[in-house]
Amino acid sequence: MSQSSSIFPLRLENIQVRKRGNVLLNDISFSLVGNLTTVVMGPNGSGKTTLMRLMHGLERPRQGSLNWAITSEQARSKQSFVFQTPIMMRRRVDENLYYPLKLVATPKQETDLLVNHWLSATGLANKAKLPAQFLSGGERQKLAIARAMITKPQVLFLDEPTTNLDGQSTREIEALLRKVKPDGTCIVLSTHDLGQAKRLAEQVVFLNKGHLCEVSDAPQFFQKPQSSAAQLYLDGDIVE
Amino acid sequence: MNDIWQGIGEALRLVFSLDADLFEIVLRSLHVTVTAVAIASAIALPLGAWLAVSRFRMRRFTIAALNTLMGLPPVVVGLIVYILFSRSGPFGVFGLLFTPTAMIIAQVIIVTPLIASISHQAIRDLWADYHDLLISLNTTKRQRIVTLIWDSRRSLLTASLAGFGRAIGEVGAIMIVGGNIDHVTRVLTTAIALETGRGDFALALGLGFILIALAFIVNMTIHVLSKTERERRW
Ligand SMILES: Nc1ncnc2c1ncn2[C@@H]1O[C@H](COP(=O)(O)OP(=O)(O)O)[C@@H](O)[C@H]1O
Ligand SMILES: [Mg+2]
Repeated sequence: MSQSSSIFPLRLENIQVRKRGNVLLNDISFSLVGNLTTVVMGPNGSGKTTLMRLMHGLERPRQGSLNWAITSEQARSKQSFVFQTPIMMRRRVDENLYYPLKLVATPKQETDLLVNHWLSATGLANKAKLPAQFLSGGERQKLAIARAMITKPQVLFLDEPTTNLDGQSTREIEALLRKVKPDGTCIVLSTHDLGQAKRLAEQVVFLNKGHLCEVSDAPQFFQKPQSSAAQLYLDGDIVE
Repeated sequence: MNDIWQGIGEALRLVFSLDADLFEIVLRSLHVTVTAVAIASAIALPLGAWLAVSRFRMRRFTIAALNTLMGLPPVVVGLIVYILFSRSGPFGVFGLLFTPTAMIIAQVIIVTPLIASISHQAIRDLWADYHDLLISLNTTKRQRIVTLIWDSRRSLLTASLAGFGRAIGEVGAIMIVGGNIDHVTRVLTTAIALETGRGDFALALGLGFILIALAFIVNMTIHVLSKTERERRW
């Protein structure tokens, strides 16, 4: 958990990802320096999930290279990933939070403090002793975010964290994410919700059909995107 | 029909008179089977988990082999253990033939594949759920196995109880390796076989009902456990 060495920059060069003969991502090159909240945007099926999983090391590129400033093994231990459908361990809510800390042998006093901090930050303190499967969709996603943040990662990946949630839960989760930033964690979030992208993004990575259309600072992207696919998407047209 | 009523009467008489021989036999049955299931579980649960999380060339073959071993005829297992442990066999020096230890060894061989196969299925399902999370959390293989065993403990207990159900009613193998010696290796099933051979149907049936009662308790426990599993009460 030491913050000593930064894992940034992340460099992707000419990446191709294939699965069962399909090309899911092709010729992807860009860098992330880690100071900006980055939103990966694009229509359904454009490759957002694949790109996020690739950056986290859950998918391997067929071609090209992906490098963090440190080895990929070390890098992954300083990242956390929140999946689109939160994976709840079949344990109590608080035990879900203890789990990642126990994996890295954190002193008991510190784990208790951290667990209590995140239980109250997520408003789940009164459900701490319930099985995690009893939680609602929004509560599950908050628990998954807390479980991801409890190890103080340098990068937090969130794959469409609010796609299946209602407005209230979405607001709560975005508020939770705003709290994360001062902790020095870089957020990389995918969404196809334009409103969410506008609320959170400082930088946008726009994908279409497995191709990288552009990487732009958020104000520029929303005012005058460089790619026609992004322009169509922002105009609310159907992107072909 | 009369025999059955007599059998029930005999069973009740044996139980309520606290028949010393009966209790010795029941305790020995439980001792042999519980020990065998404990040892088999200690082997089979980690094996099932390891098979679920491992990728290796012979994986499919190993799982198929496990499922085949599950169907091994107990009599053949008994015969092989007999040959291995008979005085002239490779393990003859231990002098274990016709002891409860030999019976435990035979039962371990019979139920380990069963418990491993059932627990492999349960753990494989949980692994499908947990896969991305445990990879993302940078767990070691050992941590994955421990986590999966702990979080599927209810299903695994059911697997062990299924092993118990199979072992407690088994007669062929333990007859061969135990020899059904009175006060040494006689257990419920071998006693039933003996009394039936002697024509004492009432006693045989009495013992049979006690065996059924034990199996029933185990099945009820499985039932209650799988119910709490569905309702996720622990
Ligand atoms: N395992 C797979 N095998 C083959 N094709 C896949 C697989 N997973 C995803 N795809 C396809 O790859 C494309 C990109 O998927 P994904 O990265 O999930 O997009 P997004 O997250 O932007 O909706 C989709 O067309 C999807 O159907
Ligand atoms: Mg997706």
